Amino acid sequence: MKLTRQQRVLGRKFWIYLAALIVSVICVFPFYNAILTSLRTGQDLFLTNYLPTTFHWENYVNALGENGVGRSLLNSFVVATVTVGICLLVSITAAFALARVRFRGRKYILFTILCVSMFPQVAVLSGMFELVRFMGLYDSIGSLILSYTTFSLPFTVWVLTTFMRSLPVELEEAAIVDGASLWVIITKVFAPIMGPSLVTTGLLAFIGAWNEFMFALTFIISNDNRTVPVAIGMLQGASQYELPWGHIMAASVVVTIPIIALVLIFQKRIVSGLTAGAVKG
Amino acid sequence: MSHNSESLLPSAAVAPPTAAPRRKRSLQQRRARAAWVLVAPALILLFAVAGWPLIRTLFYSFTDAAMDTPEEYNFVGLANYLDFAEGDSFGVLADPLWWQAVGNTLWFTACSVSLELFFGMLLALLMNEKFRGQGIVRAAILVPWAIPTIVTAKMWGWMFHDQYGVVNDLLLRFALIETPLAWIAEPTLSMWAVVIADVWKTVPFMALMLLAALQMIPSDLYEAARVDGANAWQRFRRITLPLIMPAMIVALIFRVMDALRVFDLIYVLTSNSEATISISGYAREQMVSFQEMGVGSAASVLVFMMVAGIAACFLWINRFSHEGKEARE
Repeated sequence: MKLTRQQRVLGRKFWIYLAALIVSVICVFPFYNAILTSLRTGQDLFLTNYLPTTFHWENYVNALGENGVGRSLLNSFVVATVTVGICLLVSITAAFALARVRFRGRKYILFTILCVSMFPQVAVLSGMFELVRFMGLYDSIGSLILSYTTFSLPFTVWVLTTFMRSLPVELEEAAIVDGASLWVIITKVFAPIMGPSLVTTGLLAFIGAWNEFMFALTFIISNDNRTVPVAIGMLQGASQYELPWGHIMAASVVVTIPIIALVLIFQKRIVSGLTAGAVKG
Repeated sequence: MSHNSESLLPSAAVAPPTAAPRRKRSLQQRRARAAWVLVAPALILLFAVAGWPLIRTLFYSFTDAAMDTPEEYNFVGLANYLDFAEGDSFGVLADPLWWQAVGNTLWFTACSVSLELFFGMLLALLMNEKFRGQGIVRAAILVPWAIPTIVTAKMWGWMFHDQYGVVNDLLLRFALIETPLAWIAEPTLSMWAVVIADVWKTVPFMALMLLAALQMIPSDLYEAARVDGANAWQRFRRITLPLIMPAMIVALIFRVMDALRVFDLIYVLTSNSEATISISGYAREQMVSFQEMGVGSAASVLVFMMVAGIAACFLWINRFSHEGKEARE
């Protein structure tokens, strides 16, 4: 049986929409399931049901208050913001030099930065532990700001450098002709138009710091100073076999919603930032 | 600051042509010097938070320091790595659990990265098509990427629950299995549970990378191939694949490096069980759970060397293939 052209086009459309539907469901379902679970208590938790049955908000109240996730949210926010702030401040000048000025050793610096951004965190764990203790930061969120710089800084330098490279040369040439110094070029010409790139880079670095687990697990021991991932990882029930799934899911939803909101609002920028870091590099 | 405030002479641009080359060079030189000043803060900070701790980790790997008193230590040479005493061998390299961790990590990396590449490619090809509701799919695939790894681990841990989990429920409903599977407790399945959760989380990243590369391919290439009668597979094999290869390799390197240092997903999803422990998990366990800073540092150094070695291999292969291409042209 030979299909007409129209039938072929229709068939192709059908498969595309089917694939799109499957992909969307698979991507969103686990989170949807987490929301469902977070609204259930007691025996309801253990009846597998794919539609909302009950709306118990106690889990949320419990997770935020008693389990201290509210406090952790604040900690995470402070740590991620300060880390990103420091990294952006330092990397904007470095990125300018690396992207815009030709000098000997530039390639080696870029290569080193790329290597550092890829190396495993555990490789610096004991050295960082010593540094943290030496600076008297053990069990304070300062230790996390210090240790998160390890992976945030190379990332921000790298992404900002790729962004800076894509800006037109004429901008700078005009400024040089007008007699602007390098410092003026950076602060008056580049900084204003770097706004969007800074937002993108900062957002990606923020998400990275928000999600970090190993350093947060190792350098913080008191409940009050924990960040969100550790707080969720540590939620325990009465016994090892009786995990409070309702609370865990409520806490998970609470910490994920702000990130998902940010990502969906800045969708285009995030995608461009992600690919700028890798494809053009 | 003296370098920064040094203004570039405007005469560089308006000087008579004969003087131009000399002026230009000095301008370049001055900019080069200023560049170092601009890069310095970042480099110094990077050395303090990455270079120095790395050196200290290497240093501690030759000592018997304990985590609670890192100031007191004795040098033990290479004993933390490998040591022979009374006919027995000690150290990280003699520990079967270390080799288990190496095996786990390599298996995890190979499985999850190849699955990600496959599904990421399919997803990228899908998103490269034009259809209504594309925005929804694009938003949906960003969800797994945005969810923190710990949350991913908890969510999938709940879904893989042997009695009340959704995964078993769905498989039973579609009659693919007869009895519920103990995804987390069963050693052979727990690694798959980890791989599935990781693939779910990271396919979007891969797909977005590949999509960015796909969108840069000029469409007239495909039209020309269609006129010549190339079928869909030939078009993919002869046009798409070679053109997105560079971006694909970069994305692969990123993902392999990321997968090799996996820790949090396994730590939370399977509680760092022996069947799934990764090399990072092993090193941290020695250091924090057993308080053996020396042994833990030695394991960390081995992790670093392994990751660096694999990265070097990648770079070497990449360079090799580039040179090969240039030689052919």
